[in-house]
Formats: sequence, structure tokens, C-alpha cells
Amino acid sequence: MRAGELLGLLGPSGSGKTTLLRIIAGLDFPDRGRILFGGDDATGLPVQQRAVGFVFQHYALFKHMSVADNIAYGLNARKRADRPAKAEIRRRVGDLLDLIKLSGFADRYPSQLSGGQRQRIALARALAVEPRVLLLDEPFGALDAQVRKDLRRWLREIHDRTGQTTIFVTHDQDEALELSDRVAVLDRGRLEQVGTPDEVQDNPASATVLRFLGDAIELEAIAEGGRVLVDGKPTPVAAPRGAVGPVKLFVRPWQLQFADPAESHLGGTVRASHRSQGRQRIEVAPADGRHLVVEDFDGERYAAGQPVGLRINGGYVFA
Amino acid sequence: MVDAPRPKRHFRRPSVIPGFGLTFGYTLTCLSLIVLLPLAALVVKSSEIGLSGIVAVATDPRVASALRVSFGVSLLAALTASVFGFIVAWVLSRYRFPGRKIVDAVVDLPFALPTAVAGIALASLYAPTGLVGAQLAKLGIQAAYTPLGIFIAMVFIGLPFAVRTVQPLITEIDKEVEEASATLGATRRMTLVRVVLPPLIPAVLTGFALAFARGVGEYGSIIFIAGNLPYVSEIAPLLIVIKLSEFDYAGAAAIATIMLAISFLTLLAINLIQAWSRRRFGYV
Amino acid sequence: MSEGLGASLPIDAPRAEDRVRSVVTEGRAVRWVLTSLAIVFLALFLVLPLFTVFAQALARGWGAYLAAFREPDALSAIRLTLTVAAIAVPFNLVFGVAAAWAIAKFEFAGKSLLITLIDLPFSVSPVVSGMIYVLIFGSQGLFGAFFIEHGIQIIFAVPGIVLATIFVTFPFVARELIPLMQEQGTTDEEAALTLGASGFHAFLTVTLPNIRWGLLYSVLLCNARAMGEFGAVSVVSGHIRGLTNTLPLHVEILYNEYNFVAAFAVASLLAGLALVTLLVKSILEWRYAGDLAAGARH
Repeated sequence: MRAGELLGLLGPSGSGKTTLLRIIAGLDFPDRGRILFGGDDATGLPVQQRAVGFVFQHYALFKHMSVADNIAYGLNARKRADRPAKAEIRRRVGDLLDLIKLSGFADRYPSQLSGGQRQRIALARALAVEPRVLLLDEPFGALDAQVRKDLRRWLREIHDRTGQTTIFVTHDQDEALELSDRVAVLDRGRLEQVGTPDEVQDNPASATVLRFLGDAIELEAIAEGGRVLVDGKPTPVAAPRGAVGPVKLFVRPWQLQFADPAESHLGGTVRASHRSQGRQRIEVAPADGRHLVVEDFDGERYAAGQPVGLRINGGYVFA
Repeated sequence: MVDAPRPKRHFRRPSVIPGFGLTFGYTLTCLSLIVLLPLAALVVKSSEIGLSGIVAVATDPRVASALRVSFGVSLLAALTASVFGFIVAWVLSRYRFPGRKIVDAVVDLPFALPTAVAGIALASLYAPTGLVGAQLAKLGIQAAYTPLGIFIAMVFIGLPFAVRTVQPLITEIDKEVEEASATLGATRRMTLVRVVLPPLIPAVLTGFALAFARGVGEYGSIIFIAGNLPYVSEIAPLLIVIKLSEFDYAGAAAIATIMLAISFLTLLAINLIQAWSRRRFGYV
Repeated sequence: MSEGLGASLPIDAPRAEDRVRSVVTEGRAVRWVLTSLAIVFLALFLVLPLFTVFAQALARGWGAYLAAFREPDALSAIRLTLTVAAIAVPFNLVFGVAAAWAIAKFEFAGKSLLITLIDLPFSVSPVVSGMIYVLIFGSQGLFGAFFIEHGIQIIFAVPGIVLATIFVTFPFVARELIPLMQEQGTTDEEAALTLGASGFHAFLTVTLPNIRWGLLYSVLLCNARAMGEFGAVSVVSGHIRGLTNTLPLHVEILYNEYNFVAAFAVASLLAGLALVTLLVKSILEWRYAGDLAAGARH
């Protein structure tokens, strides 16, 4: 991981992302492997000395303390020699409250705040100790949709201003792709791929990554002469180096296009279509009883029962 | 023009579920006949005596001494029960060890064991010839027939209150809060003192107040071990029984009124603690 | 300056042994000391007295133990205790169900006051609980003259004992059922009503099965207290041997007569009842925790 970067840990539930985050923080312990901060081995370091800022999914604010006391907690917890003076702590708390735009809230208690406000307090509390790395566990998981969107943008701004090295865990692809500098996709405890949002979307490292990042249909295809063929017709998809014979082709809904039967790789009849936000999704039933979804601009309408042909404009094949 | 019907304030919100009249009426009738009217009799009796009469009874040296013993020893016993009750509650909800469920069940023993049975058992244990009493005697301590015996019985009877009011709260503590404290650099001791214990204080106080109130009113488990020496180890409830057997209803009612007043003040205190805690922190 | 951070993968789910190193518990030594302290304290203060009851009861062997129960006074005390419980427990059961129905299934003004009033007997000293009935029905009481005139004996007789027992056990069932039925809400009953059930039929077929474990739990505790009550009963009973002595009062008399073996033998009966109560209570709490009111331990 690079300094100052915002890394999103993405994976389905149970993929081990929270566990990984907790291991980095020193709250859980690895069976094997090491945790490196910079060049230092932090594996044996107790959680108190790791200098991480951890924001818990449900915030874990101290309910009996005011907002200011919550934020100052990490500074007050230091040994006397390292502890800043009272006035200095007060100033730092004030700065952080400004940063999270809750300046008037210093004397409130957590029970008097909304979910989004608690989330921001939890973040300020973690930032107060000037952590080497900020760890966020499903930071927006417990919030409703609108607050979630606002906070996402806000977190990105905070990150851009502070340059704080940050790892956050999420199971929401949109969230990870929108927020992160780089995304790490985890599945069943294995790291599948690390890359920028563009890299993981354009060149998913495995079928797991591909499936997790969005809908895809799976087709039987043949690799021949560096090309992938479906139904004996060539597609624009290049075959992996050295691959010959049957392969699996994964196609996104927007990589299918309606076409004349002569140019089509697939055929079927329209089952239904739905319009939403300037796009339409058309359900197509091929003869083999499967269920395809095609995504297109909201233009020509398709009636149920209408026979159509589909051309493949792109796709992914894994060796 | 017709006014829109204004919503009327009902005593009861309308509901499709039947049986309110019957069950509510029955509840009120039972409550009045069994609890409220008899308690009203006490109020009537004590108002007959009047405040001056109550003060006169309370300042009688023997009564004053009994009240002092009851309230003083109960205070100490509730304090002790709260400390050990907290440790027991902590161990039961935080640590896993063989036999934990049995230990957990044992805590309720004083609730289940009839007080007279507990009373004679404690008396025979702590008598100078008893299993524990003999050991204490070697140290020059006499427990039975002294205020120390009363203290032991009150700790026995108060312990479950101290444990059971705190235990559910300890179980409910969000581990994430402790982890948050650790990630912010706090040592385990600091986490306990600053993060874990403060929210438990209202519950500890509630348990203390319940144990205290129970100790003040307790009779059966104390009288056997207390020895009941006037001015030394005579408790207020016993004095009520003595006055009743002498048909001195006014004297008995006066002592009972004082005791009730103090236990209601204790209850009020509990409610205030809980209301304050709820307002301030959003939990009890 | 560049700071890198990396974790070697793969990782597995945390294993049980990792919990031992958890950051949210105390060190092994502290845990050990606290646990030992708690167990020793409970053993000394709670278990030892219980053990003493049985040890003393059997101090002169089984013959002496059993002899205590052949006495007519002991038998009549057992009979009276059973009679009193047989009246007080069903009374409070019916009251508790009715009160819980009215309080939990409906919204009305003054609800919390009503709950507080129902709880009142728990905060009254047992001795005072008995005394209030003496103040009413006793020879010098408010209505004493009226009852003497009509030849009705309440104080120093069975009715007084029953009344005092009902008073001290009054809140048990209601206090368990009210929170339980509040948690369960009214949707089940409403569903039954929309399906055409009558109110009483809905109660029998929907409500009752929902509260059965809570009901059993509270009846158990109510019964234990009813059979074991001492202070309140002692005040109203008059201690007439063979007539108004319940088991706990009989224990007192035997103990005061220095008949320790018999006193502890009778006490062991009550202690046995307490043990059975605790056992069943614990089983209910382990097995059916979800069907009991949360935090409703007494």
C-alpha cells in the first residue's frame, strides 16, 4: 500500500475484509504472515502502540462522554510525558470539529446526534491521534442512502485535504469504485486483485472479481487463432495467449447489442423490458432456456415475444 | 358548514382487541383490595398518631437504636454486596470457566431459599460452636448475636440484587467500544476506568439501593443470627413485631411509617438515577 | 518520504485460540484471581448455609430426620402451607394474566403508575406487609370490631395467612408477563381476530402459547415465595401449633425450642423446594431465554 492513498477493501460478506482490517489494527491475530508499517514489522506490536485510527462500523462512541471528550480521548490516553497540554488538546479538538463541520457540537452527547454526525465524530476521534493509517470498517454501512452519498463525497474531500493513508472496507462496489485510489478485491480470505478502479474494471484478474463488480453472463466459446468464437462466429474479444479450444466467455449486459441474425452470436425472444433513468434493460430468452439481460439506451422499444439476434461487442476470458 | 370532527382525547387509544374493560376492572379491583386499601389503613393509622406521635416513637431510645442498627448495618451490607456483586457479575458475564452456569444459578439462592431457612442456617454456621463461628472465635471475633451477624445476613439477602442489576449491562457492553479505546492507545486499566465502568455506575447504584432497601426490611434471615439484644442487635422490623404482639398498633405503625418513608425515598432515588442516566446518555 | 503498508495473505477466519490474546479482556492472572474470588465468596456466603441445612438435618441419622415428619404438628404445617399456596398462587396467576393483558395490549393514561402500584409489595418490608392486615382486621383494627361481632376470624387464622401471602407474592406473575407481552405486541392477536377468532379464542390459541414459558417461570417463583414466606405470615398467624403454623413458622418454633434436628429437617424440605425451583428456573432460562421477559430475573 502506498502512503497517502485511499485503498478500498472490497469483497462479499464473509470474504475476510473486516478480519484483515482488524489484523492490521492489532485487534485480531494472523495465523501466519506479517504486518509491515513502512519498513517496521508491527506483527507483534500491541494494538495500543500501532498508532492506527480505527473507525468501527457502529462507531463505538463512548456514550457517557461528550463529543469533545470522545475526540480528545486518544490524546488524554497518552503517557504524561507525551500528552499535549490541556489547551493544546482543546485546540486540536476544535480544529477537528471544524474539519468535520460540527463546530457547535463539542458539549453534546452521542445520543443527541444523528447517525451521520456520529460517523463524523468517530472519524475525528480516530484522526486525533494522528494515526499512521486510518482504518474504516464499512464506514457507511449503518446509514440511509442519502446520508451515505453525502458522506462519501465528504470523506473523499477530507482525504484529499489531509492526505491521510486510509483503508476502508466495503461490500458495495459503487462505493469502492467511486471513493478509492486503488481497490483490493478479496474473496474467501484470498486477495484476488489490487488496482485502480479502472484497472479492476477493464482487466479483472479473475472471474470472481468480474462477477463481484457487476452482472455478467457466462457463455461457452471456442478460442481459435487468437480470437474467441461464439456459435462459430468471431467476436472482438482476444483469446488469452496460447489458449486453444473451449473457453468461458463473460459478457456484461452493455456488451451485447441487437443485430441482424446474420451478424448475431446469440438469438432468442424478448421476454420483457424495463426502462429506468434513460436506459433500458431487456430480458431475452434464448432457445436453451437461459435468461439474458441486455442493457441499451432507451431508444427503440422491444415487444415481448419478438425474436431478436444479439451481437457480442466485448467480453472477458480467463486462462 | 360542518366542522371536521376534532380528535377527542381518549383515556384509552381505540383498539380492536377485546377484553380491556374486564381485565382492567379486575386488575384495579384486586389491586385496591389487596394492596391499596391495606396500605391506606397504615396511612390512616399513622395520620391518627400524627407527625408529633411518630417523632415521639422514633426518639424513644430503643426504637432509635433499632432504626440505627437497621439502616446503618444495611448500608454497610449493601456496600459490601455491591462490591462483591460487581465482581461476581463481571466474572459471570466476561469469563468462561467450567461450572459457570451452576455458579450463575447459585447467585439466585437467596431469592429462592425461604428466609427462615437461611436464618437458622446462618445462625448455626456463625454460632460460636458453628462451622465458621468456631474459626472466627479463635480470632476473637463473635459474629452471631452481634451486629456483625446482622451484617452477614443482610449481605446474603442483598447479593442477588447487586449481581442481577449489573450483570445484564456488563453482558451488553459493546466490545467495539473497548476495542476503540485500545486502538486510541489506552491501556487495559485505562479502558476499564474511563470507558467500561462509568456507564455501569447507574446500575451499580440501583443494585445498591435495592440491596439496601431489602436489608432494612428483612426479618426472617436476620432474627435468628441477630440475638435481638435491645440497644445492640435489635432490628426495626423485629420491634414492629414486638409492638404488635403487645397490641401497641400505634407504635408499630409509627415505626413502619418511618421505614416505608425511607424505602420510598430509596425507590425515588433509583428512579431519579435512571431518569438522569436515560436523559444524559440515552440508556439506563 | 514513502510509507508502505502491507499484509501478507492469505488470512483465515480467526481461530478460537486467538481469543485468548483478545485485547478486550484482562490478563490471565487477573482473570484467575477475580474468578476464584467470586467462587470462594459465593461458596462461603451462599452454598455453605444451604449445605448446613442438610448437614444439620441429618446430624443424628435418617431415623431422627424422618421422625420430624411423623409429628402431627409438622404434618399440619405441611398441609397448611400447601393449602395457602394452592389459593395464593392461582389467585395471583389470574390477576397477573388479567393485569398483563390490560397493560400490555392496550394504551391508556396512567399506565406506568399502575405498574408502579402493582410492584409496590416488593418494596414493603414483609413485617409491614403482615402488619397492614392486622391494622384492618385485628381486634384493635379499623374493622376489627365488625368482624368479631360477626364471628369471623381473619387475623390469627388461615384467611389472614392467605391474605398476607397473596400480598407478598402479588407482583410476581404480572411483572414477568407485562414486559413479555409488551415485547410480543398485538399483531398475533389481530391476525387471529381477522381470521374470525373470538377474543377469548384468540387468547387461548395465540396468546397463551406465546407466554407459556414465562407463565411457568413466574408461577414457579411465585410458589417458592408463597411457601417460604416468613415475616408477613409470622405477624398475622398467631403461631397456634397445629392450626396456623406454616412450614417456615414451624421451623422457627422448633429452632427456638432447641430441637435443631427437627428444625433443620423441616427446613430441608423447604431448601429442597428452593433447589428444585432454582433448577427448573435455570433450565427455563437456558432453554427458553427467548420466551421469557428480558432481564426479568427476580
